Amino acid sequence: MTKLDHLRNRDAVLRMSETEAEERAAVVDPDDERMIINMGPQHPSTHGVLRVTMELQGETVLRSKPVIGYLHTGMEKTAEDLTYLQGPTNVTRMDYAAPLFTELTFSLAVESLLEVEIPDRATWIRMLMCELNRMSSHLLFLATNGMDLGAVGMMIYGWREREEVLRFFEKVTGLRMNHNYIRPGGVAADLPDGWREDIRSILHVLPERLEQFDVLMTGQPIWRERTQGIGVITTEEALALGATGPILRSTGYAWDLRRSMPYLAYDQVEFDIVVGTYGDTFDRYAIRLNEIRESMRIVEQCIELMPDGPYRTEDRKVTPPPRARIDESMEALIHHFKIFTEGFKVPPGETYTAVESPRGELGCYLVSDGGPKPQRMHIRAPSFVNLQTLPHMMHGGLLADAIAVISSIDPIMGEVDR
Amino acid sequence: MTETTEPTDDEQLESEEAQSVQDNPKNLHGCPFTESHGQTVLHSQGDEYYALIETLKDEGYEVCVDLCGADYMGNDSRILPSTVSPERFELVVNLLDVEAARRVRIRVQISETSPHIASISDIHPGAEAMEREATDMFGLQFEGHPDPTPILLPDGWEGHPLRKDFSMGRIPVQFKAVDGR
Repeated sequence: MTKLDHLRNRDAVLRMSETEAEERAAVVDPDDERMIINMGPQHPSTHGVLRVTMELQGETVLRSKPVIGYLHTGMEKTAEDLTYLQGPTNVTRMDYAAPLFTELTFSLAVESLLEVEIPDRATWIRMLMCELNRMSSHLLFLATNGMDLGAVGMMIYGWREREEVLRFFEKVTGLRMNHNYIRPGGVAADLPDGWREDIRSILHVLPERLEQFDVLMTGQPIWRERTQGIGVITTEEALALGATGPILRSTGYAWDLRRSMPYLAYDQVEFDIVVGTYGDTFDRYAIRLNEIRESMRIVEQCIELMPDGPYRTEDRKVTPPPRARIDESMEALIHHFKIFTEGFKVPPGETYTAVESPRGELGCYLVSDGGPKPQRMHIRAPSFVNLQTLPHMMHGGLLADAIAVISSIDPIMGEVDR
Repeated sequence: MTETTEPTDDEQLESEEAQSVQDNPKNLHGCPFTESHGQTVLHSQGDEYYALIETLKDEGYEVCVDLCGADYMGNDSRILPSTVSPERFELVVNLLDVEAARRVRIRVQISETSPHIASISDIHPGAEAMEREATDMFGLQFEGHPDPTPILLPDGWEGHPLRKDFSMGRIPVQFKAVDGR
């Protein structure tokens, strides 16, 4: 435990309430070389509405504190008022860059309480869609990360490539974001005709584009200068602060739930876990860039191995009867009506499920009291926890590097504030 | 530790085991424990909780993955070992052992009249933000927390939104005839 003492004693975290920080920011004391400034919540590089209160000495950041909650809309409270079938519409709005993962972890939690088995095809469709979503999320990161550090062209390229994936999502789920596609019991609809060709065309253009990114950023001296050795964090620090995902992997610790605690069918596909060495901003960038390549590998295997069969469970408890049955059977009509109005009841109990989202461990703690709505639904948001590493990464660095560090954490504020 | 205590795959046996756990709970680290959907759950009392987290950290559970509150007001369906007296609030802590790839969950009963509990942020610095969130949402007070300021709610907010007796604040919509029809 002694190795962690410096985390507490280094004094990287500014422990001060929002109100106090505001008051202190207004006071200028000529004798004190330190000053408190507030960055955000409307600064473009803060990815939404993140405010960082920083104590500066000249250009050096001493202590800092992320101030969050600007997007807090009480989604966990809302979840207690929605049936289990309506739940995914709510949770999908948390991490809006990777919505399918929140739907997945919620659905896995509900299925764990219900103890229903989902068909193989549903599992593989989920895996396929999630890996595509990981690609689109990381492409969005490359766009914003590039823009934050002055590679403005990346803004266009990253969004363009992401759009390719989103176009496929629109075809499958009907929406570019907030899909409500993964639901308890399976997925909302089967993959459309020609899905293999659509994905192959994405997989065909992407490798070439990723190589262009390498030219634009990875090998570029200016880029390296701005990211290497900036915002360094060690494995011990990352673990102690609960950081997961690319932040933990950038320190060289190969922790990925897809490998360490496999869910869906990740134990049946081949992929590598990308790890860094130095735990700096560059490693975190490189990990995300290369995870796109690994996700493409998984997607390719999903195309090959996609089994046939139903795309949602046949368990009538959670799945309404087929459309044809409703025309001929009154009971089927009532059954259908009940599932969509009252919702299905879930046995009492509590469970925690976790998946590896593009940002780290995304968990869902679900408590049921036996009714059709959750008693308590808590999402363990990786961005929320990862943001705690920010003061430690910025400590002693330059103000200009703060932008690079915030960007490399890749926080999604919808998920942070919920 | 999970290896030695895991119930068999047979569902019949599993439910019998669950029943027997409820009647004469087995102890793990001095705490009664149950299995919930294949996950190990320890039930701790408020005063033993801090020491338990310390013990578990020495056992290898070095990441505090998640910490959240839960309000059981009006829920009688909770299954607890007989030695644990149910209280209104629960603090749920998920710990992760990254070396052995195993998890453990700790449920601590917290009374409504005195919702105080020791802060574990000096064992797991990562619990700091999560404890602040639990304070916001449920009004749980963490003793020894270095920065007990609101995190998701604005300064000066009154009430704890995730408590069951906190109303949703919904305003009833009145449907009126459109003018001119």
